[in-house]
Amino acid sequence: MSDDVQARIATAVNSADVLLFMKGTPLFPQCGFSSRAIAILDHLGVEYATVDVLQDPAIRAGIKEFSDWPTIPQLYVKGEFVGGSDIMMEMYEAGELLDLLDQNGIAHA
Amino acid sequence: MFSSASKSFYIGRMSELPTGPVAAEISRRLTAALAPTRLAVIDDSESHRGHAGHDGSGESHFTVEIESPAFAGQSRVARQRAVNAALGDLLRDRIHALAIRAKAPGE
Repeated sequence: MSDDVQARIATAVNSADVLLFMKGTPLFPQCGFSSRAIAILDHLGVEYATVDVLQDPAIRAGIKEFSDWPTIPQLYVKGEFVGGSDIMMEMYEAGELLDLLDQNGIAHA
Repeated sequence: MFSSASKSFYIGRMSELPTGPVAAEISRRLTAALAPTRLAVIDDSESHRGHAGHDGSGESHFTVEIESPAFAGQSRVARQRAVNAALGDLLRDRIHALAIRAKAPGE
């Protein structure tokens, strides 16, 4: 994996307070797990950015190495890896995603 | 503890099909690596028939529900990494989608 791709990913995860690497777009997710991740973020009423890994094979492969996490979607808050859609759902149900946003001073509904 | 691999998973709710070799291998690897106190490997593939990742053989989409003392004190990320590591090449080559619910006993 090239350092260039890892550098691009590092730049991306620090470019938005809440960033989701996903398959497809928020309007047209291309995978059930990505769709679920978007539904959670929308329900939280938080502003977020997304990266569609299907548009860039280097990012799609590189993000798995970046986080040592084999699947997509991947959520980052303030540049820190939070988890995939299963963890997002568990944290959402436990109120921990809202706690995480609050701890980082990120506005939500 | 399970006395044999054939008893360590149950047949998915969504399917009338017998649990196949991939589910059995998932069960075997997780049992060996994490000594679960509870384990269900559910084949969700039938609900994904016809879309990307469904290769026609059935076994492509799974849900794993696992309870193991090994998870005590571990973060959610660490637990999933442990499951992913136990599955190894199976996850990379054979499984298209995997949902994981990992608990420690008593949670």
